[in-house]
Amino acid sequence: MTQTPPMVPADYPEGPALDDDPEDGSRRDFLIAGSTVAGASMIPMSSLSAASARNKAADSVRQTSLTLTVNGERRELQIDNRQSLLDLLRESLQLTGTKKGCNQGACGACTILVNGRRIVSCLAPAALYDGAQITTIEGLASGDQLHPLQQAFIDHEGFQCGYCTAGQIMSGVACIKEGHATSEREAKYWMSGNICRCGAYAGISAAVVEVARGGQS
Amino acid sequence: MIPYALARATSVDDAVRLAGDGGRYIAGGTTLFDLMREEVEKPQSLVDINSLPLDYIRKEKDELVIGGLVRMADMAANPDVKRYQPLLSESLIEGASPQLRNMASIGGNLLQRVRCPYFRMRDVGCNKRQPGSGCAAQEGLNAGHAILGVSEHCAATHPSDVAVALIAMDATLHVQGPTGRRSFPVEELFRLPGTTPHLEHTLTPGELIVEVRVPLGPHAQRARYLKVRDRASYEFALVAAATALHIEGGVVKDARLACGGVGTRPWRMREVEKLLVGERPSRALFEKAGEAATAGAKALHHNGYKIPLLARTVARAFEMAHEVAA
Repeated sequence: MTQTPPMVPADYPEGPALDDDPEDGSRRDFLIAGSTVAGASMIPMSSLSAASARNKAADSVRQTSLTLTVNGERRELQIDNRQSLLDLLRESLQLTGTKKGCNQGACGACTILVNGRRIVSCLAPAALYDGAQITTIEGLASGDQLHPLQQAFIDHEGFQCGYCTAGQIMSGVACIKEGHATSEREAKYWMSGNICRCGAYAGISAAVVEVARGGQS
Repeated sequence: MIPYALARATSVDDAVRLAGDGGRYIAGGTTLFDLMREEVEKPQSLVDINSLPLDYIRKEKDELVIGGLVRMADMAANPDVKRYQPLLSESLIEGASPQLRNMASIGGNLLQRVRCPYFRMRDVGCNKRQPGSGCAAQEGLNAGHAILGVSEHCAATHPSDVAVALIAMDATLHVQGPTGRRSFPVEELFRLPGTTPHLEHTLTPGELIVEVRVPLGPHAQRARYLKVRDRASYEFALVAAATALHIEGGVVKDARLACGGVGTRPWRMREVEKLLVGERPSRALFEKAGEAATAGAKALHHNGYKIPLLARTVARAFEMAHEVAA
């Protein structure tokens, strides 16, 4: 369902931004509403219909329609182009397990898997990910059965405050799958995109290497 | 972030057409999206190029051909890259983090913006961000800044690692724009800051990086990338050196040297290469090369350490290349 909106003219700047439209209601509300409706009927469409034709055209190119599969569940969404995957997950889909740390790609707290590969969701414009398969920390366990790496983090005390942990575990799952966790030295290099300010690195690398050696991921 | 329009391009021609209205290309977005959030970059429209058929790596007779959309992680892990151009693989793995390498494209890597902290600090002067507003780095904290190619208007280093390796290997860039296709050495992509630090590269408006071509040869088999930085991984270079040696009959036939972390653009050092050709490799020779590499280097207040560090990094990197079993 790729939709290619027309380009705005180069002189576009005037015209209210989405947030400024008095009839648009709260943008946050609209995004939440849009996200929970599987299928098409989007609340903002009714409010948009009241806006001027020009604004409607402008808004339509500043928004993107997406289909994502998040932890196995298909989601159809209308997003603001400015949303990162991180903000989409946390604020629109209420999946707050993925954490916002630095919000500039430096700390790894927001690491998720997209089509099986680890990325930092804070630097991922959601609009570029139509059709993606996303796995977050919420999608790792099967029911009450923790993923082996989640259990290993508990066993090795791979955290203290826990804020970086979701990102560490998602990164660790990918690191193991990539084959980059055959030794602690290797795991430390390939886990270096995830910062832990409590300094639980010894436990983190032990957990990752243990699961890698157990042949589980 | 200001609102922006997004168009998805389906072919290179389509992308170039869509960018004609002033749209900026976006692939991984790891630099651009971040700077848009800071409102250092304020494009009103972006062209999503992720669907273009530019995600390929192939070996031709005497060249490796790398599509502009290939992700850093995929290029680093590619068997042909590892076999025929191990320097490129090594330089890529030394850059960024595994997550960012899964996102960032090779074209975007070459066009990434500088990491000078003042570039992001919108309440202080930066000629790159706002021409004529001054360069806060000149009298500010400049331990990470350049010692080569600096002007009074800008002292930011170019942050890419793989650009340094590509330039050492004489790679060429193939681009397509509104007036057609052209190619030129990767080295010529980067401008010196001079009086116009806001002009960083030589692409004309709407030009898109289609592919990078890297010549192969015996020198490529004895090549190393040495990156010195404040932590053991996931950090920008203080000093980095890409070196290559082709030795025949105990004598250097061909030598390559490009350095990162020291110049306002990736810095090829042909005068140093000439010193090595015809000589027998030795620690003393490599130390001489290291000293020669610092010719013309000029320190600001806090980055004087980079001059001796450059000499030592170059010497050690040549030694490492020599240690590679040919």
